[in-house]
Amino acid sequence: MDHAGSSQALAPSRWSLGELTSRSWFWPILALALIFMVDAVVSPGFFSIRIVQGRLFGSLIDVLYRGTPTALVALGMAVVIGTKGIDLSVGAVVAIVGAVMTNLIHRDMSPPLILALTLGAGALCGLWNGFLVAILDIQPIIATLILMVAGRGIALLIDEGLIVTFRSDFFSAISTGEFLTVPSRIIVCAGTLLFLWLFLRRTALGVFIESVGANSAAADLAGINAKLVKIGAYTLSGLCSGIAGMLICADIRGSDSNNAGLFIELDAILAVVIGGGSLAGGRFYLGLTLVGVLIIQGLTTSILVSGLPAQFNMIVKGVVVLIVLLLQSRRLRQSIVGVFRRKTS
Amino acid sequence: MTETAAPRVQLQGISKSFPGVRALENVDFRLNAGEVHALLGENGAGKSTLIKIMTGAVSRDAGKMLLDGEPVEFASPAEARALGVSTVYQEVNLIPTLSVTKNLTLERQPRRYGLISWRQANERARERLKRLNLDIDVERPLASYSVAIQQLVAIARSLEEDTRVLVLDEPTASLDAREAELLFDIMRDLKARGIAIVFITHFIDQVYQVSDRISVLRNGRLVGTAPTAELPRLKLISLMLGRELEHTEARRTIGAAAARGEPILAAEGVGRRRYMGNFDLQLRAGEVVGLAGLLGSGRTETCKLVFGAVHADAGRVRFEGKPISIRSPRQAVRLDIGFCPEDRKAEGIIPELTIRENIVLALQVKRGWLRRLPHDEQERIATEMIKTLGIATPDADKPVGQLSGGNQQKVILARWLASKSRILILDEPTRGIDVGAHAEIVALIRQLCADGLALLVASSELDEIVTVSDRVEVLRDRHKVGEIAGADVTRENIIHMIAGG
Amino acid sequence: MRDRYLPLLATVTVFVLVYAVGAVSFKHFLSTNVLGDLLTDNAFIIIAAIGETFVILSGGIDLSVGSMIGFVGVVMAHLDTLGWHPLVSGALLIAFGVAFGVFQGLVIDFCEIQPFIITLAGLFLLRGACFMVSLDSVPINHPFVGVFSDWHFDLGGGGRLSSSAMVMLVVLAAGVVIAHFTRFGTNVYAMGGDRASAGLMGVPIRRTTVLIYALAGFYSALGGVVYALYTASGYPLAGLGDELIAIAAVVLGGTLLTGGVGLVFGTLFGGLIQGLITTLVNFQGTLTSWWATIFVGVLLFVFIVAQRTIMSSFMARRAV
Repeated sequence: MDHAGSSQALAPSRWSLGELTSRSWFWPILALALIFMVDAVVSPGFFSIRIVQGRLFGSLIDVLYRGTPTALVALGMAVVIGTKGIDLSVGAVVAIVGAVMTNLIHRDMSPPLILALTLGAGALCGLWNGFLVAILDIQPIIATLILMVAGRGIALLIDEGLIVTFRSDFFSAISTGEFLTVPSRIIVCAGTLLFLWLFLRRTALGVFIESVGANSAAADLAGINAKLVKIGAYTLSGLCSGIAGMLICADIRGSDSNNAGLFIELDAILAVVIGGGSLAGGRFYLGLTLVGVLIIQGLTTSILVSGLPAQFNMIVKGVVVLIVLLLQSRRLRQSIVGVFRRKTS
Repeated sequence: MTETAAPRVQLQGISKSFPGVRALENVDFRLNAGEVHALLGENGAGKSTLIKIMTGAVSRDAGKMLLDGEPVEFASPAEARALGVSTVYQEVNLIPTLSVTKNLTLERQPRRYGLISWRQANERARERLKRLNLDIDVERPLASYSVAIQQLVAIARSLEEDTRVLVLDEPTASLDAREAELLFDIMRDLKARGIAIVFITHFIDQVYQVSDRISVLRNGRLVGTAPTAELPRLKLISLMLGRELEHTEARRTIGAAAARGEPILAAEGVGRRRYMGNFDLQLRAGEVVGLAGLLGSGRTETCKLVFGAVHADAGRVRFEGKPISIRSPRQAVRLDIGFCPEDRKAEGIIPELTIRENIVLALQVKRGWLRRLPHDEQERIATEMIKTLGIATPDADKPVGQLSGGNQQKVILARWLASKSRILILDEPTRGIDVGAHAEIVALIRQLCADGLALLVASSELDEIVTVSDRVEVLRDRHKVGEIAGADVTRENIIHMIAGG
Repeated sequence: MRDRYLPLLATVTVFVLVYAVGAVSFKHFLSTNVLGDLLTDNAFIIIAAIGETFVILSGGIDLSVGSMIGFVGVVMAHLDTLGWHPLVSGALLIAFGVAFGVFQGLVIDFCEIQPFIITLAGLFLLRGACFMVSLDSVPINHPFVGVFSDWHFDLGGGGRLSSSAMVMLVVLAAGVVIAHFTRFGTNVYAMGGDRASAGLMGVPIRRTTVLIYALAGFYSALGGVVYALYTASGYPLAGLGDELIAIAAVVLGGTLLTGGVGLVFGTLFGGLIQGLITTLVNFQGTLTSWWATIFVGVLLFVFIVAQRTIMSSFMARRAV
């Protein structure tokens, strides 16, 4: 809890370094800026964008393109973390959704209907998680672990006996195509962001979620239905994972239940935390979560572009993430500052 | 007990402040060897701070501390422990999932060749418990025993050969009469061995059962200390609840119209087993009903039952004449009932959210999640409330956790005013609030009343109750013992009713 | 006394039941061959899960376990190409595992960062380090590998208790002793049961936390060494997702994911149950191997809901 400075009640707000560094957006934006600066130095063409065959190309576009599935999952994760929960099952949901979609495509249904049912499957998984957490009162980490372990098996069950690949112009267009030069999936991601913003920030649901996560006792006494709010949050997460799963499945034109979305939950959680969301619940930031995704994805692409062998990707990611986490630790910052003060006095 | 021997513990001129609140002011406290000394006072009076200073959990700002005549400075509870000063807290700070032996021997297990000998450990555990006349299966997990037993285990753990002072913080809060008596036997036994015992409690009867001396704290000051035999009940209650009025506040004249209308809410025989005895209550527009009683008498419990935060298992409630069952705060809010809880930090404010967001929260709940209050509407309401209640902040978009206690209380009040509540339940509305804000809030309560709200106010500040209430429900030991109305609402009458007449 | 062993009883019962299903469905299932293979195939992951048990008992979690297994393998393979004896490189890597655990434990306690997120970063770091050492599977050719796999103890009836299994049983016994007969072990349980009270009662929180993660590092590195010797190779993707299997082994072994309650010995059965289910599915032949994960998931669900109900009635017995 922040203790307000002793006599700041009426003083005009000043831009002290301490004040700046405690703003939620400072560290994520700084990290992103640093990564982009390094990119600009290491590969001068990083920021160039050109149009080839009616479609935007460039390293920046690449970052956005490859990062879309993670971004979608991370958005849902941010909402869940806001309720002081977590969703470890998102990768498994991606696999399930892919299997459902492939299955439906082979039944020759109309593509919009398939889309609706596919997303519905994702939402249903989220609803299951919400039920375990809100109604059965199981700890989120444990509740979502169950679907995480069993989910891929369920996906493979749905795959059973079917050809796992398909051809669909409709879905290929959504996932790998472009619309007015912008890759369609980026539009889908932007659309999801817009939807979430409308659904959470244009209504009171976002504040209710933050209240439930920050102080569920007080939220309850203020009349908020914490159970419904939590169920809603997990269902949204399932839906977002569903959209990501749809894109991934459409991209590979098949259901890869073993590998689709593998470890995506790790990237998503890291993106949320880097973006300033606290695992202890409360305030969540949709925009900053996307910044977190950009940082993670930007790192990956930077490594690719810089000529470093691709295998450096993970360890660089690990080191950067560790540094960001350490920087976010107030205790560590305070002791470093304390050491400085003692040395200079 | 002769007073000529040097006291076991002597605290002189102890003062302590935390940010925004003066917890203790120039307090003297004297504890003799072989005595049970009861320490009384409402929540926030300073009892726990005093004890924490005495046992090393918190440092003091000013004053001296002497242990058996020697000046001491404790930097930590461990240091205090080493010098024979131990505390057993109400929450029984032991590990419920571990066995009794493991709890008793934690960090002190007997070892053979580096490995723990559980046989020996069990033996030692049994021995320790025998000193308290307790003979139980030490291998079972602690949680499988009643709180009474758990407490005795905690005491057994704290007792060493060289224990000089034992502080018991609300040890009987979860015990029934029989278990409490067993505890008292043990206390008498320890006392006979020369140990000095501090007995913090809010049960007046028990004070008279087992203590030798009594000290009363109020608002951070020592307002009285005397041998038990020289302090009759009435005087004790008076010490605890009285308050020197800084300025005379005129008794509110009861408007002729008040007490006349039909009650908005009428509770009949409402209660909950092991929580609150059945009570009747009627709340009318323009009327203030006060809940008076000592700590633990059921003030908060009554409030929570009325608000639906806790389910009643007996009785009926009528709202505007129609029978209704208020089973959740959500329902209560929809019925235009508001509740300002006693523990505003844990149950009231949402610290990360801004002042504005906290203020409009209940109103938003009423509107439903879909129809969000437009931002400028929110700002308008927040600004209006900040002005009306005098909330000291330059900016409605600061996180509410940064405000002082008094201002936080105003924010919670603002929440219910903004949502146009017709019934407002206030549990300790002026606790931990400085004098200035206090007067404002009292004035506000009167204003709300004049505006036609029905108010239920629970308070440990008797003078406050007397000033604002049209009618007072008197509580004792989780039961309603009587009702006083109109001109009969005086301090003396209330104190008499609490004392048992 | 009986209360404490109830979860273990449940786990062993499930183990026996699953074994019975196998015995009924397949000829020769009850042979010591199957038992020996079961112990051998799952030795490495059970070893890692023993360390994980300590972490979870204390109320924490360690997600870096699987990556450690992979890292240990590739480094051992690399050192093998340089002529190192596997035991020497193994010892070195176990020391590294301990050091890595110390680092994680310190960051968790000092920086007050949640174990979940720090060990997640650890997972990335170690897996990334794997890829830096090698991108492909590298065989371990040292003759010791053959010696290690040949060592065995005859179980009679054709089955053998391999050296992997023996190592596992030895360190399991050590784990049981540490958990139940050392001050440290009791402190682990104390921290998991009620961290704040443990601190108030004098448990050295920082020291204990660091030791816990160091122990987990020891066990996961040892698991990696056993795995490398068992597969005679170092593979950068080895251990992928194995932290989940370890955690499931701990939960199925009767330990509460919230900590404070559980038995190290139960983890043996938690791991064996998963191995058994996989074996059954393999024997069956027609089911895909992922059916095993579904069964495990269902079992996890049942265990968790059961744990929840038992714990809430356990805690409700404390007077209000």
